[in-house]
Amino acid sequence: MPDQLLFGMEVALNGLMAGVMYALVALGFVLIFKASGIFNYAQGVMALFAAMTLVGIQNGQVPFSYLINAIFGTDIQYFGWQAPALLAILLTVVVMAGFAWLVNRYIFSHLVNQEPIILFMATIGLAYFLEGVADLMWGSEIKKLDVGLPQGINDWIDQTTFEAFGYGFFIDNLDIVATIIAALLVAGLVLFSQYTKQGRALRAVADDHQAALSVGISLNFIWVLVWSIAGFVALVAGIMWGAKSGVQFSLSLIALKALPVLMLGGFTSIPGAIVGGLIIGVGEKLFEFLIGAPFLGGATENWFAYVLALVFLVFRPQGLFGEKIIERV
Amino acid sequence: MKLLTLTVAAMMAATPVMAQLVFPSLSYRTGPYAAGGIPFADGYADYFTLLNERDGGIGGVPTRVIECETGYNTEKGVECYESTKGEGALVYQPLSTGITYQLIPKTAADGIPMHTMGYGRTSAANGEVFNNIFNYPANYWDGASIAINYLLSENDGSLEGKKIALLYHNSAYGKEPIRTLQELSVKHGFELTELPVDHPGQEQKSQWLQIRREQPDYVIMWGWGVMNQVAIQEAANIRYPMDQFIGNWWAGSENDVLPVGDAADGYKALAMHNVGTDFPIFADLEQYVTGAGKAAGNGDQVGTVLYNRGFYAAMLAAEAVKKAQEIHGEPNITPAMMRDGMEALVIDEALMESLGMPNFGPAFTVSCQDHGGSGQGKVQQWDASAKEWKIITDWIESDASVIDPLIAEDSAAYAAENNVDLACQ
Repeated sequence: MPDQLLFGMEVALNGLMAGVMYALVALGFVLIFKASGIFNYAQGVMALFAAMTLVGIQNGQVPFSYLINAIFGTDIQYFGWQAPALLAILLTVVVMAGFAWLVNRYIFSHLVNQEPIILFMATIGLAYFLEGVADLMWGSEIKKLDVGLPQGINDWIDQTTFEAFGYGFFIDNLDIVATIIAALLVAGLVLFSQYTKQGRALRAVADDHQAALSVGISLNFIWVLVWSIAGFVALVAGIMWGAKSGVQFSLSLIALKALPVLMLGGFTSIPGAIVGGLIIGVGEKLFEFLIGAPFLGGATENWFAYVLALVFLVFRPQGLFGEKIIERV
Repeated sequence: MKLLTLTVAAMMAATPVMAQLVFPSLSYRTGPYAAGGIPFADGYADYFTLLNERDGGIGGVPTRVIECETGYNTEKGVECYESTKGEGALVYQPLSTGITYQLIPKTAADGIPMHTMGYGRTSAANGEVFNNIFNYPANYWDGASIAINYLLSENDGSLEGKKIALLYHNSAYGKEPIRTLQELSVKHGFELTELPVDHPGQEQKSQWLQIRREQPDYVIMWGWGVMNQVAIQEAANIRYPMDQFIGNWWAGSENDVLPVGDAADGYKALAMHNVGTDFPIFADLEQYVTGAGKAAGNGDQVGTVLYNRGFYAAMLAAEAVKKAQEIHGEPNITPAMMRDGMEALVIDEALMESLGMPNFGPAFTVSCQDHGGSGQGKVQQWDASAKEWKIITDWIESDASVIDPLIAEDSAAYAAENNVDLACQ
């Protein structure tokens, strides 16, 4: 097989894996938008906050220690424990649920029936507030995230492809884990929304707020629930991306990778987020390999993802799997 | 009542204002690059606090550091400049190439010197054109040349036929070494591959797949922020030999390697100053600043690469103040006097020894024509088990025969575009 074809296959496979990572971020946006019509600008910062909280709990870091020490003249930074990864993840989920409750209690319950742009502005404010809180709570240094995820080249794939083609493909173990987790996450979300009372209530709210209210579904409860689930998805995305780069403030910028995925897959479809992520991942990587690097000097991925999304948008404004909005006068 | 008011006003006018030497610190303690900005800002502030607490300032005049948060954002950086310049600012260290470019015409118009140590506009080393900009002890092009000279020393003086990849942040900063490396590739016969990484650099799979396919002998990195950590992790993922991977001095702090853990062991980076706390001055720092609860931060950054860089930058500023006071016989100097001090600065081993910082940085001399210093650097290597950088070379010279003509060409173009009257005539 010609070398270029093999290289192209390897690039496409890695594009699929990258797409899964983008989809993980996009999922959180979709969940909240579907249930409440809010485009949550703070989703990237939620991933950052969740990952920082996880590392903080794991390392036994005292939250707000810098502030406490400055006010009381103390010198406390750590509790002196190392929490197991699973326990730390569970505690972080509890923190994210508490965050969801607070957000709804003090922000969105006051904004019911407001225009979508007002809700969007509220999430912008929330994003910057949460970033500041995260900084104050856990500090700005870059933290190593260690929850036991494997990283590095998968030797089995490397050897198998080498024996078959004479060239060993590179696939990162972390990307394989991310793919499995994304599949489980989507399956779990589908099962939850199809087979549980709360899931059905969530779908009812997503379809029609007023009709759902009229049959006794609590909008507040559903919003807290959906923000909690989005918080959990943000934690998963934060873990996966944080394992690549360490947990640091740049983590909030992963939201930028989700936008073209949402444009392409639609804002209201969970399968759309996954398929959109895969198309963006493969598309940008293959474009960089075939055209970007050899002819355009490279670094084309960021803008090409948006070009790809725009092309889809022109022909299908609601996205691949989004709901077509028809308003009749 | 009127008489009383007038008397108080007259007394206030007659009372001399306490003179201070003002050093604005355009810091970034928030945002995506805060992890790099905090230690530098701490080191910069702590050095001046040490001078105040131990020596009563410089030449008997206390120092004052004014911090202004830029968030590593160019617009905010310019706002910081505008809001602090009226405070009697003696010298600006913008800590960002983007801010530097915006401040070059402003500082020239306001007559305030600017020091861009290891960043900013490289051709500012030409003092004839950039009369009040200084970038000693080394600049980006020196850095690129130092990396190649180090690789030459590792390969018995020849890089003929070798493949070297430059992985760079796709920005004005990241593109700085390209021209120098292209010239050096022609001179030494190595093949140069340029691999840009878009901001912020969290996704680099394409670049590292290319590196894996092409197997360059060395990878040089011109990165910043999250790009560095991801690149080192990706290098580990494809099992690229870490000792053949060399970052510049903005890709060589603890922040860049600690998140990668043991896999970062052996990674190398350029250094424009020494690392660690094994210098006598740090005992004074403990006694007068950190131990006395007067540190700018919580004191846990002392000795890290970026803390030492801020500390070193402050030391160079303080020595320029001493030189200015000596030249003008005036302890309370102006920005113009500060510029004169910077231009007459002589840093030698005897001076650094007397400051308790032996061999902390290179020895160099500044002149009206040459604002760039010695252009020397060292190479450091990360020891993951000890979690510390180790300096593995002596000072390495850059290749002036390649860099000087580039500086002359670029600065001449700037002078022509901006109708700059040449100084030092």
